Amino acid sequence: MKDSPTFAQAAHEHLTNKQMRQNVGHAMATIRLRREIATAELPDWELLRDQGQRIKTDAIVNLADHLESLERSVIAAGGLVHWARTAEEANSIVASIIKAEGGQDVVKVKSMTTEEIGLNDALAAEGIVAHETDLAELIVQLAGDQSSHLLVPAIHLNRTEIRDIFREHLPGNADLSDTPEDLAEAARKYLRSRFLSAEIAVSGANFAVAETGTVCVVESEGNGRMCTTLPRVLITVMGIEKVLPRFEDLAVMLQLLPRSSTGERMNPYTSLWTGVREGDGPKVFHLVLLDAGRSLTIADPVGRQALHCIRCSACVNVCPVYEQTGGHAYNSAYAGPIGAILTPQLSGMTEGTSLPWASTLCGACYDACPVKINIPSVLIHLRSRIISERAPGGATRSEQLAMRGLSKILANPSRYEAAQRAFYLGTWPLSKDGLVERGLPGPMRAWTASRDLISPASQSFRSWWRGREARR
Amino acid sequence: MAQQGLRLIAMRIALFITCVNDTFFPQTGRATVALLERLGHTVLFPEQQTCCGQIHANSGYRPEALELARGLVATFEDCQADAIVCPSGSCAAMITHEYPSLAQQADDVGLMSAVDALVPRVFELSQFLVDELALEDVGAYFPHRVTYHPSCHSLRLLNVGDRPLKLLRAVRGIDLVELPRATTCCGFGGTFATKNSEVSSAMLADKLSNIASTEATVCTATDNSCLLHIGGGLSRDGARARPVHLAEILASTDGRQEVS
Repeated sequence: MKDSPTFAQAAHEHLTNKQMRQNVGHAMATIRLRREIATAELPDWELLRDQGQRIKTDAIVNLADHLESLERSVIAAGGLVHWARTAEEANSIVASIIKAEGGQDVVKVKSMTTEEIGLNDALAAEGIVAHETDLAELIVQLAGDQSSHLLVPAIHLNRTEIRDIFREHLPGNADLSDTPEDLAEAARKYLRSRFLSAEIAVSGANFAVAETGTVCVVESEGNGRMCTTLPRVLITVMGIEKVLPRFEDLAVMLQLLPRSSTGERMNPYTSLWTGVREGDGPKVFHLVLLDAGRSLTIADPVGRQALHCIRCSACVNVCPVYEQTGGHAYNSAYAGPIGAILTPQLSGMTEGTSLPWASTLCGACYDACPVKINIPSVLIHLRSRIISERAPGGATRSEQLAMRGLSKILANPSRYEAAQRAFYLGTWPLSKDGLVERGLPGPMRAWTASRDLISPASQSFRSWWRGREARR
Repeated sequence: MAQQGLRLIAMRIALFITCVNDTFFPQTGRATVALLERLGHTVLFPEQQTCCGQIHANSGYRPEALELARGLVATFEDCQADAIVCPSGSCAAMITHEYPSLAQQADDVGLMSAVDALVPRVFELSQFLVDELALEDVGAYFPHRVTYHPSCHSLRLLNVGDRPLKLLRAVRGIDLVELPRATTCCGFGGTFATKNSEVSSAMLADKLSNIASTEATVCTATDNSCLLHIGGGLSRDGARARPVHLAEILASTDGRQEVS
């Protein structure tokens, strides 16, 4: 990933994909409207957001205590708890559990965390096949593609493209139509046999309650319910930031999440389980607690609020930058505004360091966030960290010199005014009809590629003011 | 000229022009002065002011931004003004929203208290007119088809809401038309426009087509930085609309923009 393209480079390619941009634009418009309606109908929405923010702040500030409490509760309920410092450790823990249980394949609930750590590829390297069971994840997996959205992994595809993927990869579907009913039916038939034969399932977690050891998965299709109830063994991989202190915290989160996410009052399936129970659900339950950069992120008092995220994707759905590029341009499991603040931090500023600049700081994400993560201010903070820590991907040496030089000029009124005059005189020969002509150097060339640049005024405001004062 | 709720006591108002207006849009500054004086107030211009440091703060150059913030705070704390008015939501928000955290992070107690004293006196122009002067009708006449682009920082940092629209609705002769997807960013974002120039241009293209759909001849906003971007696109496209800052519309009493 270290040599992966910057956001601007990746965006260049994706901006030319008209079909993808049309698919994404259409889906986002629908989901934005649904969210607006679902959040506007609650008179106490803003209070809920405040409460969500308080709960997550407490969860993160006292994380160590909550995690120890979670471990005790899960063990008391008959579960097993594993601690993974890195993605590699988590992957190898999951692989060894599967091997010890004699499994060769697993069914999976949609999970961003396992995507983040590349679990499917790691299992494949051990000869274990992971079957995605969420419809969109299945589509992406069959196509050998990557998810491009937290919530809607196949948002970049339309149903004709999905039909073609099913025709090619799902046996017995050579004549499949592209109606949503037929597509869902084809997936259902295929998945049903997987659910009924699966011995082991892997899930992520939306929340885990410290005081009770209860794990919660929220979903729409029922595939998650199948995975968490039918197989004999259930392995849950969760980032340590997903812990909630109290069971009653779910009362707030389960209002915030579906309304912000799919724009529903309540999602169709909410699965809650606490350890194992005789005659009901899995016989064996493993909880893998993943750090992978979270402790590092907590060390930054401004940046740590990125860990408050409940993965609803509201910020993605309102982001005008994501709307243009789609998710693949972010080169990260987490696309959009939240990805721009999570990816660099989780990687210790080694990956995704161009992402904090992939924003106009318009603030739409902050307004939409159900737990009030101030994404624009974290973006600004990370830009500053990346530059001051000299992390790669932030700003070129020449940009840094130019910005520092500019600040010296702006800091002094006479230097400022001299530079203002020089700017006018310097652009005067290049100007025509009030516009600076094309073909300027450096960043100005990027501007004039698609936009005109007006010439600086022949008389600055301050010069006009002085003249007026003198005439008085 | 019948103006509602005109403040009887004349105020001393210091103008924070911003470096972009000073350099590219002096007519916006002249319009702001003309408007405030027409409303019976005294305008001062502390000449030591330069740039608020937003470009640096937002691009990741915090020490440089801090230095510029110190300069601007010193300039305005010395001026004997009842209010500091700025015809830019973005630069006003820099002072009211970023300066406190800049001062705090620098652990500079003196700067913190100076910022605390300054912030309540700083207003974006439409906020100042509607909230402080209790005005919506400022006696303007502007017989043109106008659409309004709410700039992101005015909208989401300052929460100006529909204040600019209230002022525009009261303008005589105006044909005000709603901009589709008005609250979506135009793609400027300071250095974003050059660092991510292609994405920025794609966002601008959407904004331009929404402006074109209104058939307006004027696109207005509370920020000339957004209008520098939108205007650059309008001009490149040969579009019928031209960018005009809100202050210039409100200052106009004869249907033209320029006032001196």
